Amino acid sequence: MADAAVTAAAPVRPAHYGSMSRDRRWAMRWSYFFLVLFAIFFLTPPLYMLLTSLKTSAEISAATNPWWVFAPTLENYVALLTKNEFLVFFRNSALVSVCVVTVTMVISVLAAFSLARMKFWGSATLATGVFLTYLVPDTLLFIPLFKMFAWFRDLTGIELINHWWTMIILYPTLSVPFATWIMIGYFASIPKELDEAALIDGAGWFQTLTKIFIPVAMPGIIAAMIFSFTVSWAQFLYPLAFTTSSSELLLPVGIVTTLIKGDVFNWGQIMTGALLGAAPPLIIYAFLMDYYVAGLTAGATKG
Amino acid sequence: MADVTAPNSAVLVQSNRSSLHKLMQRKSTIAFLMALPLILLIAILVVYPAGYAIWLSMLNKSMSKFVGFGNFEFLFKRQTFWDVVFQSCLFAITAVIFKAMIGFVVAHFVHNIPSKGQRKWRGMLLVPWVIPPAMSTLAWLWLFDPSYSAFNWILAHFGIGPVPWLGEAGWARFAVILVNIWAGAPFFMIMYLAALKSVPDQLYEAAAIDGAAWWQRIWYVTLPMMRNIIAITALFSLIVTFANFDITRVLTSGGPLTATHLFATWAFKVGIESGDIPLGATVSLFMVPILAVAAAFILRDINKRGSEV
Repeated sequence: MADAAVTAAAPVRPAHYGSMSRDRRWAMRWSYFFLVLFAIFFLTPPLYMLLTSLKTSAEISAATNPWWVFAPTLENYVALLTKNEFLVFFRNSALVSVCVVTVTMVISVLAAFSLARMKFWGSATLATGVFLTYLVPDTLLFIPLFKMFAWFRDLTGIELINHWWTMIILYPTLSVPFATWIMIGYFASIPKELDEAALIDGAGWFQTLTKIFIPVAMPGIIAAMIFSFTVSWAQFLYPLAFTTSSSELLLPVGIVTTLIKGDVFNWGQIMTGALLGAAPPLIIYAFLMDYYVAGLTAGATKG
Repeated sequence: MADVTAPNSAVLVQSNRSSLHKLMQRKSTIAFLMALPLILLIAILVVYPAGYAIWLSMLNKSMSKFVGFGNFEFLFKRQTFWDVVFQSCLFAITAVIFKAMIGFVVAHFVHNIPSKGQRKWRGMLLVPWVIPPAMSTLAWLWLFDPSYSAFNWILAHFGIGPVPWLGEAGWARFAVILVNIWAGAPFFMIMYLAALKSVPDQLYEAAAIDGAAWWQRIWYVTLPMMRNIIAITALFSLIVTFANFDITRVLTSGGPLTATHLFATWAFKVGIESGDIPLGATVSLFMVPILAVAAAFILRDINKRGSEV
């Protein structure tokens, strides 16, 4: 909104203030110059990933210009996408992410509705607690969780370690607090009159939630879904600590641990794998950038 | 749940005083039930393990004996531990400062250009934040490769000898911090850009009329208006950076020797790889004080923000 005002005013200005518009033009040129520099800094690694993924092993180890592909080939992609192991990683990651997004949305939408609208004894404290939980890092919890899993196995005989589906239980701890926080913000911004009207018309709380809150807060729900997908797709520590056999690995860990074998680095395949691993979040981001940004900035702006 | 609430509306019609009281009770009961999955999740998988970590830190290696603060005393006597403390602080503070500065500067540049191009630039500059850090760090690992480093290839053209990016303590620390800045700066950029957009234009116009130079506009208008967002973003990033695992793990695994170990990577090495779970838990607990202080400040700022609006 603010920038629209700036550009609307810009064409008018030159007539009135010559020096000011010259300043502005120079500021703009410098801005573009530095933006290009920063774009180079930010985009070099992903582009280099792409370049390397198109090279043959011979070209990678040759002493030629590393910043150019002389004989582009898709053999790395073919090799990886026909490798059963890699497809298993992909399937595990996809299943975990889909389940985590579903679980996260059910838990966080219900909780956010109850915390933002219905209130109960201690609900305000709980809302603050949810935000604090978001600040507890995974690196603090993985060791006690490891021990808890062993204890759980002794108690019930269910083995949680070295199973990809364990992550469906663990990842919501990373995604639910923030998703709930986003949803509380969105729900709190819905006018009270709307749900009062629904209650008067005889809708129950559950109907108010499904018929009014969820449709109205759809942008927030999409932002929260994107957030939980990104978190569960990128999570690295838990699968690294809790899974070992190659049929149970998730994509990021699978690429890091199975493609790097001892001192033999098949860089063409590693870069291809990394690029394919980065592709799903990048594709979602490309199509839903505004929701992504809305979810990102919602954390600090409190709805 | 719909059938649970249906009788409530019937009760509402009767508008009986005692049943209204019951309704209020019922409403809070339903609310509590709706929040129950969240409460259980947080209690079982976040609060309990966090408390359990404290208990674990007081056991001996085979977890058969209570040793009180024995693990802490053991750590205080080890040089590696103090190296990790130093490296974690150096890593977190340097990375957050540079991320904040780069984010602030880039946000200004994006804000300066015509608004129709802003979306495109913002989209490009946010890419490092979107790629899973473990994946993008692999690209950096390849760029830093000892024999095929693409950076060294460029530097060789300027007559600068091969830089041991990950092979020497100083360079390895630099590389780890650089990658963290690369991955985290876009987040600051996006937050500051959102904050910049919320500064009313009139303030800048007033400052311009008063003859303020560009740095005065930033110092006296932009910074005070963005103070809260800058603080929250930096504190939040401090927590995430201090507890960082992925980047260091993939790039150096804490090496050469222990020169780039952070609390998280060292806790992983000690606790999972060497199998000394109590000692690993002890190491990871050292993150708590800094996290708690940062979290307290964030909470204060957010509450302040909430009461201002």
